[in-house]
Amino acid sequence: MLELKNISWSLPGGEKILENVSLEIPSGKLTVITGPNGGGKTSLAKLIAGLEQPDSGRIFLDGEDITDWDMTKRSLSGIGYAFQQPVRFKGLTVRDLLELAAMRTLEESELCDYLGKVGLCAQEYIDRVVDASLSGGEAKRIEIASVLAKKDAKVLVFDEPEAGIDLWSFSSLIDAFEKLKVTEHKSLLIISHQERILEISDYIAVIADGHVRTLGEKSEILPTLFSEEKAVRCPLGKDTEEGI
Amino acid sequence: MDKTTEELLGIVSDWSGKFQGAYNIRENGACAGRQSSANIQIDSKTDAPGLVIHIKPGTMGETVYIPACVTHGDIDDLVYNDFYVGEGADVIIVAGCGVHTDDGHDARHNGIHRFILGKGARVLYKEKHIGTGSGTGMKRIDPVTDVIMDEDSYLEMDTIQISGVDSSIRKTSAKLGKGAKLVVKERLLTDGTETASTDFDVVLEGDDSGVDIVSRSVARGNSYQEYHSKISGNCRCTGHSECDAILADNGRVNAAPELFAGNLDASLIHEAAIGKIAGEQIVKLQTLGLTEQQAEEKIIEGFLRG
Repeated sequence: MLELKNISWSLPGGEKILENVSLEIPSGKLTVITGPNGGGKTSLAKLIAGLEQPDSGRIFLDGEDITDWDMTKRSLSGIGYAFQQPVRFKGLTVRDLLELAAMRTLEESELCDYLGKVGLCAQEYIDRVVDASLSGGEAKRIEIASVLAKKDAKVLVFDEPEAGIDLWSFSSLIDAFEKLKVTEHKSLLIISHQERILEISDYIAVIADGHVRTLGEKSEILPTLFSEEKAVRCPLGKDTEEGI
Repeated sequence: MDKTTEELLGIVSDWSGKFQGAYNIRENGACAGRQSSANIQIDSKTDAPGLVIHIKPGTMGETVYIPACVTHGDIDDLVYNDFYVGEGADVIIVAGCGVHTDDGHDARHNGIHRFILGKGARVLYKEKHIGTGSGTGMKRIDPVTDVIMDEDSYLEMDTIQISGVDSSIRKTSAKLGKGAKLVVKERLLTDGTETASTDFDVVLEGDDSGVDIVSRSVARGNSYQEYHSKISGNCRCTGHSECDAILADNGRVNAAPELFAGNLDASLIHEAAIGKIAGEQIVKLQTLGLTEQQAEEKIIEGFLRG
């Protein structure tokens, strides 16, 4: 389980992005963070993966304080992070990236499995270079596959995985998320506005203006999330510091 | 054959105790082994040190190896190798050079290669350079390549300088006839106080000829590299020159691609990009569990391989 306690974070210029955010991401459950653009969702994901360090507050993984750990150590401890904007490399192939994530040589069948989950045909892609020759959607899917291939993952964070993915591939991805959650008992944290992802979630947190505005079980949050009343109320709703 | 030669051969020409087919091994300025094949004849030049290699028209799928090694200091090896590739032949030429010195004397190899490709001939030319040894003497490799390409011929040059060469000056010139295609993939890694200069001069003389030069380099430590390419299009032709360099530490690179279009239908492009490794690339690999240093190594490895 991943636990965030009273996390605050500001930009170098001092602008507050997150303030006093507390969340629990339980094992074997899918938590979706949603909310308006610019609310601090991606910043929260980066803080979890160690790309940024909080100004205050602590982060715990299975009870261990990992706040001061760097990205490498967090990754080795089981935290995976799929970037919202995929990174391109001149020279590194899809196979390279997936094998780096898995920390071993992968059989073609394994590569096929990871790429199949994001709707890509392995034979066409394993030797492709992860560079500008890939479309935005292809790069995004490979980015997600690199996290699915991660060795000994405990907590997987996906930042808007639906972006650039077609409906058919998206169905495969939904299946992969459910399998990770149910069969492999991973903690999943997905930043998304996509209704189908919200529908398969266990918990939903709405983050706006750097605060957790709403937090609860899907059955409680989802019915009202997109209602007119909620859409207006959410960003200005009552703060909560309760964990899930 | 010297043990150092065997080690160098393993690195630069995939030597595993023997070569299949035609070959000539040059060791410290002398011939350490030679074999011709039914289709590839290797002879010594009569007017200068070096070889004349005749590849018969229509030769298909054969490989000829002509590696050169310098295994100790105080050797300045100069060699002239001429390759005549017959019409319609399709072959691989593996060159490669290793220089080694364990003392204070310089070790240098200067290979001047001339390729004359007949009509429709296809050649993959592979050349790997490395410097080894703990001596303070300079390890130098200064290759010169001159290419004349007849109608519809194709030459792919795959060159790589791995490490340890203190100074390298590479000059490549080519003249392309109608429909001829030249593809150059150059990869270069310098470190410490090494310097490397590479200079391409390609003249497109026949309609529908084309050249594609892609140079990828990494300059680390206090090393310095220069890249210059000139593509002259005097006909309906295409030309592309790309220099892509990564800087690390205090590495420096000077890139100067040059184009000349002497015909309305010449289509020429050059690109040059120099910069450090993008931070987001390192971060991505760190999120996969690599340290910053491991991430840099992996990115450079891929960059030079690709």
